[in-house]
Amino acid sequence: MFSSITSAAQIGVEARQVHVEAHVESGRAAFGIVGLPDTAVREATHRVRSAFANSGYRFPRGSHLTVNLAPAALPKSGPAFDLPIALSVLAAERLVPPATAHVVAVGELALDGKVRLSRNILAAARVARRLGRPLLIPRGGEEEAFLVDGVDVRAVDSLADAVDAALDVGRRLTPPDTGEEPWSGPDLADVKGQPVARRALEVAAAGGHHVVLIGPPGAGKSMLAKRLPSLLPPMTAEERLETASVWAASSRAPRPDGRPFRAPHHSASAAALLGGGSGLPEPGEVSLASGGVLFLDELGEFPSHVLDGLRQPLEDKQVTIARRGATVRYPATAHVVAATNPCPCGYRGDRVKACVCGDAEIRTYRRKLSGPLLDRFDISVAMGRPDSFEGGAEEGSAEVRARVMAAREFAAQRGDEWDREASSVLARALADGVLTGRGHDKVRRVARTVADLAATDRVALDHVLEAMSMRAA
Amino acid sequence: MRVLRRDQPGYPDSLNRLADPPRRLHVVGDLPGGPAVAVVGSRRCTRYGATHARTMSRAIVGAGWTVVSGLARGIDTAAHLGALDGDGRTVAVLGCGVDIWYPASNRPLGERILGQGAVVSEYELGTEPAPWRFPARNRIIVGLSDAVVVVEAAERSGALITARLAMEHGIDVFAVPGDLERETSRGTNRLIADGAHPIVSPREVVEMLERVLGPSAPAAGRSAEPMLRGPMFVHEVAAAMGITIGEASRRVSEWELAGLVRLDSGMVEPVN
Repeated sequence: MFSSITSAAQIGVEARQVHVEAHVESGRAAFGIVGLPDTAVREATHRVRSAFANSGYRFPRGSHLTVNLAPAALPKSGPAFDLPIALSVLAAERLVPPATAHVVAVGELALDGKVRLSRNILAAARVARRLGRPLLIPRGGEEEAFLVDGVDVRAVDSLADAVDAALDVGRRLTPPDTGEEPWSGPDLADVKGQPVARRALEVAAAGGHHVVLIGPPGAGKSMLAKRLPSLLPPMTAEERLETASVWAASSRAPRPDGRPFRAPHHSASAAALLGGGSGLPEPGEVSLASGGVLFLDELGEFPSHVLDGLRQPLEDKQVTIARRGATVRYPATAHVVAATNPCPCGYRGDRVKACVCGDAEIRTYRRKLSGPLLDRFDISVAMGRPDSFEGGAEEGSAEVRARVMAAREFAAQRGDEWDREASSVLARALADGVLTGRGHDKVRRVARTVADLAATDRVALDHVLEAMSMRAA
Repeated sequence: MRVLRRDQPGYPDSLNRLADPPRRLHVVGDLPGGPAVAVVGSRRCTRYGATHARTMSRAIVGAGWTVVSGLARGIDTAAHLGALDGDGRTVAVLGCGVDIWYPASNRPLGERILGQGAVVSEYELGTEPAPWRFPARNRIIVGLSDAVVVVEAAERSGALITARLAMEHGIDVFAVPGDLERETSRGTNRLIADGAHPIVSPREVVEMLERVLGPSAPAAGRSAEPMLRGPMFVHEVAAAMGITIGEASRRVSEWELAGLVRLDSGMVEPVN
């Protein structure tokens, strides 16, 4: 007797449909799983056997049981296939009505028959959506499943409960009304002073520009960087799904609620930053930060080969990782904020502390920074230590975010016109060598964003001048 | 180059005030006459020191006096630059032969000084710089000056030796006070405690020096370009000019396009 039930595997950001087939025949008693299972999948036999016993089902004695996970060439991993295997066996043995198998199921089984939270929930939801079938998930995974619209989600507690839920349309859950949730992270109002950096961050948020903050220790560089997500518009449904798909492919948890903020240490390896690992490649920090902010503190301390590796992904907005197991592609749409000291000792230009760096040291330091990565930054800000911690209330994130959103909406529908004066100043700056070719392009991009913030179709001289003062060296 | 012997005419008379005047003085350029003020301080200086050294030197040459310093990094460099900014006269006293530029990075500055003053040394041509020659050099700075302004100095620094030497010779010492925590202000604060005149406001430096040097004879210099001193942040430009951040960013870019400043790591630096 044969049965097949659908489950899913997360391969990179893709959700792949997996058929869990079960075949029972009489013969030597056996329970085998084929279809490139890893150890965790193979051990499902023990969990399924015990779960049957503790759920009131009689495990077929003296039957030869084969479970195949198709496509057989796709490597399967993890205990999330426990529940579909159990349901498929139940249906093949005719211990439950055949209609039980008309679902997409995912979940890990406990020996007592309870269903535990597992991975692959998002992938299963996307497959269920594609097939238009009900989705059985462990209780607690609802939020992840609801990231996909229009799925008949049914949360289950145990194997017996799963059989009930598969047959009962009344078990469909209603997604919670996800209104615009207020930003709960750190707010820009906490940052005292730094008017130039605030403005630069606003322009960066409006135009999606990468920013480098240059200043001595204590200037508040990371404090500012942590507040960039609060200036970005709330995530759209697609953005949430993209970020969730990356996180679903990662063993890292928990997935951030809103826009991710990732701050890898400069000792992180190239694999940790870009993605990799043996077997199925996991996403790196550059992908985990997609839709949010990737903060590279102490930019100069990162090994140059790691920074070089970041270049292409940031340009292409995606990263391709080839490993023996598979070649996967992850998004790399993070907004990059880097921070660096102005010189090796950190105090160049400081009001109080003397800089102890020699000219040659400063030149070497600059040369390292001004490599190909710094080219990716459109905006740079010099920050001093704040003069004092007193002073009036500062503008909060909500006000700035409103302007950023208005500018983004404006940018989506405007034309691209330039005042003659604005263009000619740029051309002259390029001809005089004040701007390099790349610097010219950066100033052009940033000037366009400055004009968007001013809600004007035409880029004027003032916009170009402001953009010039923000350009990265 | 000329060599001035102590027993020959042309040797600066003021050097004879020293207990051990140099026997010979090697001079490149024209040694200016008239009152002279030494502006000295640490090689490792803060922006605070560099800014004030430069503005005060500019004010000093604006009053018709000569700025004397040691062509070292830091405060010395800022002092010479301030004098050049004001089209005034300045003298660099070296601790090595006048044919050696030390530090080498100050060669362009030294060459500019030759156009507006002199570079002098008691050492023979080809004498290499060495640590023990600098205190001796400092005594010549004192000998050539009628007042000494110490801008920044840590607690044990060459600039303090210069100041103490000046006090011993009865030459008035002025010091720029600074933050109590700032290492490079400990020495100057200490000097004030020991009797140096504090410089309370950069605008008063000329008035204070007039009490020592007599009335000034303002030279007709260039009109002051308010923002072209020391590296500054954009928000400091805004504060100094009383304009908004946005206006300041645009102004800075205009200066850059005009070749007056350049942006370095996001800071505004005057082009020398």
